[in-house]
Amino acid sequence: MKKHLNTLFVTTEGAYLKKDGQAVVVSIEKQNRLRLPLHNLDGIVCLGNIMCSPALMGACARAGVSISFLTPYGGFIAAVNGYSPGNVLLRREQYRRADDPDSTLHIARHFVSAKIANSRSVLLRAARDSRDAESKSALQSTAKLMMRNIRAARNATTLDSLRGTEGESANTYFSVFNQMMSNRVKGMEFTFRSRRPPLDRINALLSFLYSMLTHDARSACEATGLDAAVGFLHRDRPGRPGLSLDLIEEFRAFLADRLVLSLLNRKQIQARDFDVTESGAVLLKEKPRKEVLAAYQKRKQDVITHPFLNEKTTVGLLVHLQARLLARYLRGDIDDYPPFVWR
Amino acid sequence: MFTDNQLLPISALQHLIFCERQCALIHVEQLWAENVLTVEGRHLHDKAHDGPSETARDIRIARGLWLKSNRLGLIGQADVVEFHRGGVVRPIEYKRGKPKKDASDRIQLCAQTLCLEEMLETDIDEGFLFYGTRKRRTKVEFDASIRDLTMRKIERLRQMIEDRETPTARRMPKCEKCSLVELCLPDSQRFRNGVAAWNDRQFHCDDDVDDVPETDPFDIGLDLLEPR
Ligand code: SF4
Repeated sequence: MKKHLNTLFVTTEGAYLKKDGQAVVVSIEKQNRLRLPLHNLDGIVCLGNIMCSPALMGACARAGVSISFLTPYGGFIAAVNGYSPGNVLLRREQYRRADDPDSTLHIARHFVSAKIANSRSVLLRAARDSRDAESKSALQSTAKLMMRNIRAARNATTLDSLRGTEGESANTYFSVFNQMMSNRVKGMEFTFRSRRPPLDRINALLSFLYSMLTHDARSACEATGLDAAVGFLHRDRPGRPGLSLDLIEEFRAFLADRLVLSLLNRKQIQARDFDVTESGAVLLKEKPRKEVLAAYQKRKQDVITHPFLNEKTTVGLLVHLQARLLARYLRGDIDDYPPFVWR
Repeated sequence: MFTDNQLLPISALQHLIFCERQCALIHVEQLWAENVLTVEGRHLHDKAHDGPSETARDIRIARGLWLKSNRLGLIGQADVVEFHRGGVVRPIEYKRGKPKKDASDRIQLCAQTLCLEEMLETDIDEGFLFYGTRKRRTKVEFDASIRDLTMRKIERLRQMIEDRETPTARRMPKCEKCSLVELCLPDSQRFRNGVAAWNDRQFHCDDDVDDVPETDPFDIGLDLLEPR
């Protein structure tokens, strides 16, 4: 199993990726710029017009390195994954539970309650560090409100009411998102959550990082033998990686949102780093995109103690560990799924 | 007699003896993780299998010979089999490192021998293990006790695979060098029957605003905020 989880992000339009022995070579304008052994890699993410040789795709599939092809702004196009471990028993169990309303609700409740709990922790952490009395109290009282949502999510009796609770707590959480920012410049406010397309700069950043997280969750599912497409909270829809989306719920606030806030508060990303199109869609420019990816990759190397396993691990491995714990739960090794709750 | 699609790999016996759960994760659940050890092991085997068959004086050497026994329901590959003039057959298995404490290498070699005996309709009384660090052969005699032990392990393997059973994990010293530790998660067994209760504890928080996680040094730079 890979422990280092390095992801190669390729952002240069027209770059060509090929295989050289057991390594990937990135060539730009017929010049070899980078050579990385495949065993050091967990995934390759191609953003934009990047080409990839069939020999490399084959080698990656065999080495368990997943390749994602995304639009320059993180929209999913396609992925290359090898045969996942031929775990037909696990997959059958996953499908059985996904078809069973009670099991589905039970598992989905974990994803949602952990998502809300972790968002709440982000608010409280920000409140503690905030030097602005008004923000501090706004963040704290919102966190209190979200306590109710956690209880409601844990006791939800239908998937619809669970989704209702999730939506409500997301609105509550994002309503104070601006309070977690220190340099409130014009044009850099969060308005409301907008996805396709993002309509403000913060949404553009959030969406970009969520799609990186989704790539990671997808490869974690594949590596564990789970079907990344069949989720519990996110029901089947062609082309949607349901289980990957389920798994990232626990990490959105903890990983992506906090990274966005950090990039903004430290002025690593500023208003001029975005293009605003005529239609109102906001897109991150190419150079800052690299900066965001580097920050994300760096963040994934940080060490944290896994709350359930009580073992030191990297932030990047967390989603893999959660996928494996889910697999162990589905296989009946443990009596429940322990979601990642940031404590 | 077993049919061809009931055949089990001889190599699974080694996993079985190392840890029954590891064996089940690989052969029942079909999870496989490569680590440095398994990759190195394969290189060594590739080398042993690579060379052409040779004939040296009175010995013909076959490499990478496929083995099969429908009586035992086994399939596998032998690193080297020596055919001596006069009908004597000697299987040889190459191993990384030094002789193990457990009988797994001898059992693997014995299982190969049982296949060879059936295929060649002959009796084989000894074979060799060749350990990388020792650089010399260790003789293995196929007496009644190793044959009996091997048969019992083959039966256990078949039972486990047919029952699709995965034994539960227990954290053991050998987990440290197990190639599947990251998929097995032996530590998840701490609360095996109490994960639900563990979850309850995780989510038990009240309206306390000092309930702030401390476990993560990453901060979002809010301390840069100047009081207004
Ligand atoms: S980690 Fe330990 S319990 Fe799990 S398969 Fe390996 S040796 Fe067996």
